[in-house]
Amino acid sequence: MHELPVTENILKVVLRHAEEAKAGKVVRVSLRIGELSDIIEEWLQRYFDYLSKGTLAEGAVLQVERTPVIFRCEDCGESFPVKVREVHDIACPSCGGGKATFVSGREFFIKNIEVI
Amino acid sequence: MADIRLIEIKEEIFADNDKLAGEIRERLREKEVFMLNLMASPGGGKTSLIVQTLRGMKDHFRTAVIEGDIDSIVDAEKVAEEGIPAVQLRTGGACHLDAVMVNMALQEMNFDDLDLIIIENIGNLVCPAEFDTGAVRNVMILSVPEGDDKPLKYPLMFTVCDAIVVNKVDYLAIADFDMAALKQRVLKLNPKIKIFEVSCKTGEGIPAWIKWLRNEITAFKKSA
Repeated sequence: MHELPVTENILKVVLRHAEEAKAGKVVRVSLRIGELSDIIEEWLQRYFDYLSKGTLAEGAVLQVERTPVIFRCEDCGESFPVKVREVHDIACPSCGGGKATFVSGREFFIKNIEVI
Repeated sequence: MADIRLIEIKEEIFADNDKLAGEIRERLREKEVFMLNLMASPGGGKTSLIVQTLRGMKDHFRTAVIEGDIDSIVDAEKVAEEGIPAVQLRTGGACHLDAVMVNMALQEMNFDDLDLIIIENIGNLVCPAEFDTGAVRNVMILSVPEGDDKPLKYPLMFTVCDAIVVNKVDYLAIADFDMAALKQRVLKLNPKIKIFEVSCKTGEGIPAWIKWLRNEITAFKKSA
């Protein structure tokens, strides 16, 4: 729902790094986004195409890696991935415990860019 | 063809917002001002809970409210009726408040005259969860008519909140709402979360909520 401000931030960071590297053009942007974020990748790309017109990043492809939601069992300490649709029914695969703490899955990260 | 170069960035997309939110928290801590970020769906009862909370805080803590709204000042007027200073942020369409917007509102306030600032975020369970506002505590309201399945639909919101206020419990008799199932779902996502059952209309459960918030503020001031 808030893909537009997210995309503005991505573009800002990408252009800063591209300019520092004296790049001629950005061809790819690799992102890491946690599964818990309600971001629609198709809209990221559409907004990016629109916002990046006339910049070094025009035409760049956004590549999104979704990282799993990880919980840690409060009983045995095991960390394990949980599917977003199953977050209401968490059980530790190691000991079967039902009490677990959220560890990660909210990342919002620019990994790298490819430039020419 | 030109060689493709890979540039490592490893930068958080919300780094600017998170940095500003951290600075806001630091400033508030220095001045011993507690900031609460209140989130809910449209119609969940944010303004009603704020009005109830203001009445419960009046004799103990000097309070101000930041009202986020897409395009009106109705809520700020209700707060002003309680004799409490309110700053209205009209986001003009944005679906959430972020640290930049909150910071603008804070510039209108004198921290020396305040103990508590309540942010009424935009009515939305998706976007506000993603943006740190600089608040000390995040609380969401879930109202009974919305249903007990919200943790399944908006898990992120439940992981970022310190407490959840289940509002409109006066509807329970006529609603298909399973309180035990809700609690189980919420606690699975966030075992440390506090759950309050209230009705802003009848006042039921409000004292327990007020007591918790007062304790949080007192503990914060002691540690500041």
